[in-house]
Amino acid sequence: MNFTLSDLAPALPEVFVLAMACGILLFGALTRDSRLAHVLTLLTLLGAAALTAFTAGSGTSHAFGGQFVDDAMADVLKLMSYFATLAVVVYSRAYLAERGLWRGEFHALTLLALLGAMVMISANHFLVLYVGLELMSLSLYALVAFQRDSALATEAGMKYFVLGALASGLLLYGMSLIYGLTGTLELPTMQAILRAGARDSLLLAFGLVFLVAGLGFKLGVAPFHMWLPDIYQGAPTAVTLFLGSAPKLAAFAFTMRLLVDGLEPAIGDWQGMLAVMAVLSLAIGNLAAIMQSNIKRMLAYSTISHMGFVLLGVLTGSLAGYSSGLYYAIIYVLMGVGTFGLVVYLSQGGFEADALDDYKGLNQRHPWLAAIMAMLMFSLAGLPPFVGFYAKLYVLQALVGADWIWLAVVAVLFSLIGAFYYLRVVKLMYFDSPVADAPVVARQGGAQVLLSVNGLAVLVLGLVPQALIALCNQAMQLSLQ
Amino acid sequence: MHYLILGSILFAISVVGIFLNRKNVLILLMAIELMLLAVNINFVAFSAYLNDMAGQVFVFFILTVAAAEAAIGLAILVALFRNLKSINVEDLDGLKG
Repeated sequence: MNFTLSDLAPALPEVFVLAMACGILLFGALTRDSRLAHVLTLLTLLGAAALTAFTAGSGTSHAFGGQFVDDAMADVLKLMSYFATLAVVVYSRAYLAERGLWRGEFHALTLLALLGAMVMISANHFLVLYVGLELMSLSLYALVAFQRDSALATEAGMKYFVLGALASGLLLYGMSLIYGLTGTLELPTMQAILRAGARDSLLLAFGLVFLVAGLGFKLGVAPFHMWLPDIYQGAPTAVTLFLGSAPKLAAFAFTMRLLVDGLEPAIGDWQGMLAVMAVLSLAIGNLAAIMQSNIKRMLAYSTISHMGFVLLGVLTGSLAGYSSGLYYAIIYVLMGVGTFGLVVYLSQGGFEADALDDYKGLNQRHPWLAAIMAMLMFSLAGLPPFVGFYAKLYVLQALVGADWIWLAVVAVLFSLIGAFYYLRVVKLMYFDSPVADAPVVARQGGAQVLLSVNGLAVLVLGLVPQALIALCNQAMQLSLQ
Repeated sequence: MHYLILGSILFAISVVGIFLNRKNVLILLMAIELMLLAVNINFVAFSAYLNDMAGQVFVFFILTVAAAEAAIGLAILVALFRNLKSINVEDLDGLKG
């Protein structure tokens, strides 16, 4: 097998991010200059976006003997990951600086986690999927426990590590069984083999159970969700913000690569499992969120229910379903980054704005931030004209189109229940008076501008949703050919 | 076939070890290692049976990742011990709700 440098071309963004992450780590160790690391990280993200945009639209290309694929879906997801990570780096700057965590290591770990996510998004082979997943997970374990002197953060890191490793183990066991069944690790070959003939369906189902369980852990859907609220609450808020961004997109890509690119012929087996997980996530996520008094925990449960919605899109097994899942994942990350970004923004002056009561009367303290938060909450609740409404609508359309009417009804019912706790935050902000010792919110230039853009994007994309929906549709169509 | 049974037994032991263990975080780490080794046995068995090298290459990657994982796990454990002065699983109860 001959190897030429041009084989690397589709993986150029990954190579670039890896080189820069190593560089930032090195500079961080040599100079301890956080500002340099910060600027370099932003440049890396912009450079990677340029590289990805440059290769986008040139059709599907492969690298490393077909183990690595660069298709339209990968381009869309990667571009969104860069944007989300960029927002994370900008939002968390003041928060981290105040706690002495704003160091080169944070930036390097963030970039390495992003690299893992990118590798997962582009994987076309079990081994590449696994290596990408572990690169992302290991960086995230370290990030969660980054605040070494905090008992809660290290405890969250430990819990995340143990359950994440358990999930990897389940996933690997499933992979080994599927490998034994099909005799290949390459996803397209696997699909062809499974399509060609009836194999041992018991072994296939057995392997799938382990795969889907591992996948459920990584996505954070019920009944494999128990780590999520603890980790979201315990981790430094800046890290929680990151956990809800690029890793969620990677988890969606992971689901698509594994179940659709690789195991689509077994759809009869995995469809039912995903349906059970989606319904449980919607139920547990929305009901448990009502009882929370900590906003990070509440948003963690809300994440679980939103991931359930993404699964609803995927399980239809139709093109419309896949693109609605893609659309939902992108929109969710947009909203999630905005919401956690706001929590990070308000946590200043030695104060953690993580209790719901901290949001009382935010409108009197800072009307513009309250307005952004209200827009994000309306969007998460799925009220028109905000973009969250279209994301939900599109998934429901795909469900009805694939004759899963009862699932659509269940999804609507739980969304209505879920609207309660989002609207409660709006009520606290606008109709309650602030607690006496609430600190004054100081201005943070860059973060405030980006937050405003983020909040307005939720409104603008809701007013003109067609462009992004069409883009997701087209990307999915091109990728599935 | 016997290798697969061995693999599945080891895997079951490690899963039980993770869920039943209430004493010591170190034992959790050992259970995780055991789980990865059980998977390795599976891969090697299938690889030999199918006459396909890919499975054995996968095993090398799993071993490498397991080493990195152990390093991070122990590092987090040290940080945890400094904060809690304990590595008892039952003391990990600061996060609830």
